[in-house]
Amino acid sequence: MLRVKNLTVDHGAIRALHGVSISIEKGQLAAVIGANGAGKTTLLRTLSGLNKATDGSATWGDLNVLHSKPESLVRHGISHVSEGKSVIPELTVSENLDLGALWRRNRKESAQSKNEVVELFPRLGERLSQRADSLSGGERQMLAIGRSMMSKPQLLLLDEPSLGLAPLVVEQIFQSIRDLTNSLGLTVILVEQNAIGALKIADIGIVLNLGSIAATGSAAALRDDPAVRAAYLGF
Amino acid sequence: MFEFVNTLLIGITAGSIYSLMAIAIVLVWRSTRVVNFAAGGIALASTFVGSTILEITGSFWIALPVAMLAGAALSAFIEYFFLRPLLKRSGDKNQEIFLPIIATLGILGIMKAVLHFIYGEKIGVLSPPLSDKGFIVSGESIALSPLRLLILGIVLLLMIALTLIFQRTNIGLSLRAASFAPEISRLSGIRVDLVRTVGWAISGAAGATAGILQTVNGSGAVTPEAFEFSLLLVFGFVAAVIGGIESLVGAVVGGLTLGIILAIILMYLGSSLVFFAAFLILILVLLLRPNGIIGVKGGRRA
Ligand SMILES: Nc1ncnc2c1ncn2[C@@H]1O[C@H](COP(=O)(O)OP(=O)(O)OP(=O)(O)O)[C@@H](O)[C@H]1O
Ligand SMILES: [Mg+2]
Repeated sequence: MLRVKNLTVDHGAIRALHGVSISIEKGQLAAVIGANGAGKTTLLRTLSGLNKATDGSATWGDLNVLHSKPESLVRHGISHVSEGKSVIPELTVSENLDLGALWRRNRKESAQSKNEVVELFPRLGERLSQRADSLSGGERQMLAIGRSMMSKPQLLLLDEPSLGLAPLVVEQIFQSIRDLTNSLGLTVILVEQNAIGALKIADIGIVLNLGSIAATGSAAALRDDPAVRAAYLGF
Repeated sequence: MFEFVNTLLIGITAGSIYSLMAIAIVLVWRSTRVVNFAAGGIALASTFVGSTILEITGSFWIALPVAMLAGAALSAFIEYFFLRPLLKRSGDKNQEIFLPIIATLGILGIMKAVLHFIYGEKIGVLSPPLSDKGFIVSGESIALSPLRLLILGIVLLLMIALTLIFQRTNIGLSLRAASFAPEISRLSGIRVDLVRTVGWAISGAAGATAGILQTVNGSGAVTPEAFEFSLLLVFGFVAAVIGGIESLVGAVVGGLTLGIILAIILMYLGSSLVFFAAFLILILVLLLRPNGIIGVKGGRRA
C-alpha cells in the first residue's frame, strides 16, 4: 500500500504541496482531481522520484519512495506515465515499448509483456514498426501506458491520460485502465481534469486544491458530494 | 578527368576522417548537449598513445584498438569527473550552454599542456601500415593507394559497427532514447547518467580513430601542437554542422561533402583558400540551412 504523510514539495520559492497525506490500498484505483495548478502533477512527479520533497514521507510497502531516483523506483514496481503523451516520437512504436522493459534484461519476458500490451491495445500491434510521431493522440496515450506496462508495474501513476482526446477515446482509455487494475491487481493513481470520468471508474477520490487536500473519500461519495460537484464537476 | 577523379578520391578519404570526428562531436552533443572542444584533445592524446604502442609493438593493428580504448576511457573520464558535476550544479539556464563550452575549451588546453609536459619536443611517429603510393591504372598513378583504401575501409567498418550498435542493440536503444527524452528514459528505468558516459566513450573511440587516420593520412607524425589536429577539430565541427549536428548520418554526409569541396578548392584554387572556404561553408549552412543540408525542420533523426 501507498502511505504519504505530510508531503511538502517546493518548486524553488513556490510551494506546490502543503503537507499532503494520502493512503491507498493495494489494488485500488485512486482518482486525483483538482483545478489547474493544484499540485497534481507535482504529487506524481514526487512519487516517481522526478521531484524532491521538502518534507514529509512516502512509502510503498517497505520502500521509502522519497530520496530514490526514478530509474530505481521503476525497478521496485513504480511506473509513471508523465503528462502529455509520454512517448519518444523519434523511436518506433516497438522501440518505445522495448524501452520500458530494457532494465529487466530478459528478452523472453519482455517479448511476453509486449504480446500482452499488443493484446490490450491491438492498434499498437498494427503499427509496431511506425515511428511514434505518426500515431494519433489516442494511440500515443495507449503507447505511453503500454510502455509503462512493459516494466511490470505494481503502482501505476497516470498523469492526465485523457488530455486532448476525443470523448469516445477517453472512454476507451479509462476502460482499459480499469481493466488493468482489476486483472493485474495494480494500484493506480489517476490524475485527471476529466473529474466525472475519473470518479466513475475510480475506487477512491482525492480532491487537491492549492496544494492541499480539499476532500477525500470513496469515488461514489465524492461524486454525490454537493460541494465537490459544484467546484469540480460543474453540475 | 583523371585529375578530377583523383581530387575526388583525395577528398573522400580526407572527408571520411572528418566524418569520424564529426560523429565524435555529434555523439556528445546528442547525449549531453555539450559542444565538446575537448574532442580535439582526446583525439590528440589517443594518437600519442597509438604512436607509443606502435613504437613498442611495431604493429599498427595493436596500436589502433589500444588508441581507441584510450580515447574511450579518456572521454568517459572527462564526462564523469568534469562535465557531469558541472552540469548537475549549473541550474541557471543562462549558464547552461555557456559553462560547458568554456569547460571543454579549458580541458582541451590542459590536455595539450600535459601532452607537452610528457612529450616535450618529441615527435610521435605513426608510420602508415601500408604504402601510400597510388595504384597504377593504365600506366598512370592514381590517388587511390593501399593506405587510402585502408582508411576508407576502417571508416566504413566503424560506421557499420556504429549503425548496428545504435539500431540493433539495447545499449543503442538506450543511447537514442536518453538523448531524445532523458526524463521519459529515466521513467522507463534507463540509467541515463551511465548511458551518457557510454555515449562519451564511443565518441572518444571515434575521435581516437579520426586522430590516428588523420596522422597516417598526413605527415605520419604528431606533436602536441600539431596543426593537423586543429584542422581536424575545426573540420569535424563544420562537418557536424553541415549534417545538422543531431544526426550521425548527417555527420557522414557533412564530412564527405566538406572533404570533397576542400579537395577541389585545394586542387584548383590553392591551399590558401582552404580554411577560408571551410568557414564560408559553415556560415552559409548556418544562414541558409540551420538544420543541416539533410536536416528536417523541427524533426530529429536517429
Ligand atoms: N518546474 C516548476 N517550477 C516552478 N513552479 C512550478 C513547476 N512545476 C509546477 N510549478 C508550480 O507548482 C504548482 C503546482 O503545479 P502542478 O503542475 O503540480 O499542477 P497540476 O495540478 O498538475 O496542474 P495542471 O492541471 O495544470 O496540470 C503550480 O503553481 C505551478 O505553477
Ligand atoms: Mg498537471
